[in-house]
Amino acid sequence: MNSMTVTADGVISSPATARADLDIREHEHVSHYQTIGEPFVDNAKMSARNVNVFYDDKQAIFDVSLDIGGNEVIAMIGPSGCGKSTFLRVLNRMNDIIPICRVQGDISLDGDNIYGSDQDTVLLRARVGMVFQKPNPFPKSIYENVAYGPRIHGLAHSKAEMDEIVETSLRRASLFDEVKDQLDKPGTGLSGGQQQRLCIARAIAVSPEVILMDEPCSALDPIATARIEELIDELKANYTIAIVTHSMQQAARVSERTAYFHLGKLIEVGDTKEIFTMPKHELTENYITGRFG
Amino acid sequence: MSSANSYKNTAAIKASLKKRYARERRFQWYGRIAVMTGFVFLFILLADIVGKGLPAFTQQYIKVTLDLDADRLGVAPDASEAELLRADYLGVIRSSLRDMFPEVTDRKEKRQLYRLISIGAEYDLRDAVVDDPGLIGQKFDKWLLAHAEAASYLKGQVSRDLPEGDRKLKNTQMDWLDSLRDRDRTEGRFNTLFFTEGDSREPELAGIKAALYGSFFTLLVTFLLAFPVGVFAAVYLEEFAPRNRLTDLIEININNLAAVPSIVFGLLGLAVFINFFELPRSAPLVGGVVLSLMTLPTIIITSRAAIQAVPPSIREAALGVGASKLQTVFHHVLPVSMPGILTGSIIGMAQALGESAPLLMIGMVAFIMDVPGGVTDPATVLPVQVFLWADSPERGFTEKTSGAIMVLMGFLIVMNALAIYLRRRFELK
Repeated sequence: MNSMTVTADGVISSPATARADLDIREHEHVSHYQTIGEPFVDNAKMSARNVNVFYDDKQAIFDVSLDIGGNEVIAMIGPSGCGKSTFLRVLNRMNDIIPICRVQGDISLDGDNIYGSDQDTVLLRARVGMVFQKPNPFPKSIYENVAYGPRIHGLAHSKAEMDEIVETSLRRASLFDEVKDQLDKPGTGLSGGQQQRLCIARAIAVSPEVILMDEPCSALDPIATARIEELIDELKANYTIAIVTHSMQQAARVSERTAYFHLGKLIEVGDTKEIFTMPKHELTENYITGRFG
Repeated sequence: MSSANSYKNTAAIKASLKKRYARERRFQWYGRIAVMTGFVFLFILLADIVGKGLPAFTQQYIKVTLDLDADRLGVAPDASEAELLRADYLGVIRSSLRDMFPEVTDRKEKRQLYRLISIGAEYDLRDAVVDDPGLIGQKFDKWLLAHAEAASYLKGQVSRDLPEGDRKLKNTQMDWLDSLRDRDRTEGRFNTLFFTEGDSREPELAGIKAALYGSFFTLLVTFLLAFPVGVFAAVYLEEFAPRNRLTDLIEININNLAAVPSIVFGLLGLAVFINFFELPRSAPLVGGVVLSLMTLPTIIITSRAAIQAVPPSIREAALGVGASKLQTVFHHVLPVSMPGILTGSIIGMAQALGESAPLLMIGMVAFIMDVPGGVTDPATVLPVQVFLWADSPERGFTEKTSGAIMVLMGFLIVMNALAIYLRRRFELK
């Protein structure tokens, strides 16, 4: 159907996974999958229980249970191919477009199972928005990029209302002042950092409850990255944010909780400060001290 | 590695460099020669066609002093329109010619004299008189269309050096034409008839209008059928259909269909549409259906390639804000792939415009004088008209053939330019 099977965080690249698999077996701690730390919170916005994800017969995620608390920023870190991006995509069913992907377990949003038969992916994705690794604005005007979501969901009833939604979203993404005179210019003409903020504006234009960010800064320079991180800090007042990142500094800066994934298993979860100062698991420690990754 | 060893390597690489660069230069020259050869042949072809075809766009006229005597016409001075339509215009033209060359008395020579003027001139004169009956009884100069053979001589295409028996135009006729030319009684004009008339037995009266309209109606049917069906088939196969044995089989068959010789589609059209469904023969409707069958694989294959080339990130972006599959396809994937789809479709249509073989099979090769008024009227198309004229023995048709080819190529260039323009335009957005 399409070439998306390869985009899922390289999970499918079997040789690398197989080689790393030998390494992990040397660590006795991994023989049991019990996550260390506290994966559950009281005010859970989304919660995953015993989630297994398969690509064909290859398992990418093993028995992961994790809560995402309301209005918190949770960072997911781990070496390439550890399944963190896959886990993120499972949360708004973006993996549905991969025909060979299969999900077991329960994932709920406000207590409703998002994989239930009565659940609609369109509604789910309006509630759980997503920002992707590479900025991917539509090849349309800046205005259209932001207005698209509200328009297809029928959120604005007049032009004035739509203008307001667009302006508020761009302001929240702290992009408005830079682009207010060129709203009719193509969104693809902006710089990388501006494009990514445009994508964030597009995501928040439909007023989602949760925003999933899949390595949102990996294609950006340090200055643009700093802007996005500030933005995440401001957004957490209104939104629940789950962010996948390769940068441990970024995880430390923006998140309140951090989850460490390794080869499809959730090794350790906890307050960001704790994880980075006194990791309990040897794998976590090795990763954050830069011994592998 | 020791330094002696690495010195040896450097020497070996240096020695091979010369050979490698020589090979590269040779390869570049092969390429240049190939391109040049292609250009030379293209140039020869175009020069030949334009050289032969340009005279088709001018037409020769001869100024004749007409004596529109009512007696000669065989009508009363106050004749009704019906009577005027039946009047003897040919006789007037002939007697006027005799007046201009009083020395011609021999019957055979007279007949040769009459043959300088096209038979179309008679109808031209009739229309002029019916338009303005006041002309009757007057004596005036009128430009009359020259016969194709005479025109040929006036254009300098027939040489006197040829033995008289080998040419249709005799020496006496040439003398008369020379004397007319000396008296400034001949003139070349832009050939409007070529664009306003259908086919004719007389080269000087033949035009491409009927073929143009036939081509237009045929392509209209082709486009209306092949474009939507092709694009939707491509969208379905690319975005919605599951990947399994059945869709693989369909894909292989579409690719095979694209390689089927076009005349086979003509046979199919003959067997299915004309013999089984009993649709009218020679009609643009059937031609269009047959050509759309032929272009469908092209449109499907190019459209699928264009859709495949849409970056997955755009689909993800749309799905990520909650667009449904259909919205994603129609709001984002199709607009982005439209330049490619249009390019493929226009190239497919250009193929259809230049196609003649399948249309021969369904009877669009008939001699059509009337301009078709719809998709069910008998019609022919430009390439078939070219085929028909190329088959005619008269010299006048040789230039018509090349002229029609020029028009056909003009349309092909316009269509390809349109494809490029559309691609640029959509890509800017």
